[in-house]
Amino acid sequence: MSTLVLAWSLTAAQFLLGLAMLCATFRILRGPRAQDRVVGFDTLYVTAMLLLVTFGIGLGTAIYFEAALLIALLGFVGTVALAKFLLRGEVIE
Amino acid sequence: MSLAVEIASWALILAGSFFTLVGALGLVRMPDIFTRMHAASVTDTAGAGLLIFGMMLQAGFGLTTLKLLILLGLFLFTGPVVTHALAQTCLHEKIEPLLAEEPAAAD
Repeated sequence: MSTLVLAWSLTAAQFLLGLAMLCATFRILRGPRAQDRVVGFDTLYVTAMLLLVTFGIGLGTAIYFEAALLIALLGFVGTVALAKFLLRGEVIE
Repeated sequence: MSLAVEIASWALILAGSFFTLVGALGLVRMPDIFTRMHAASVTDTAGAGLLIFGMMLQAGFGLTTLKLLILLGLFLFTGPVVTHALAQTCLHEKIEPLLAEEPAAAD
């Protein structure tokens, strides 16, 4: 019974995370300024990573967590590089 | 695993995904960039924190919990850094925050 409720709550969480990804994608496509798009991208990668972690818990395999760590690190570097580009006009001076 | 821990883990997972959705809805509904960054930080702290805590209860002691803790620590560092960098670009481009009323004239 407990595994059934766990699967149900994980499915509900995945549904809500998918809706959140849709909202972030809307902001990426619609954002009037570049900063709005970068904020949307930041939320999108965080939400995708959380979705991957829920898949990892649901399937019981460890490989998803390493993928989630990689997504978190590379997404952070990408967002900071985009912010640096908006600030200075180039990433590596 | 006792039933109380299971129930706490389900509640934390559902609450975390709810707060993630709240942050993303704020991203859509908020009027300007500063309030949108404020809404996006809900996803980084409340949403990710509650979800990861719920999954740590589900995973028990082990390497998985350590990875989830590293992930949470990473979020608690990178969220403010990203918000700060983006706010700096907004100030660099002289984007004014949207105010409810006109600010009093500086004298």
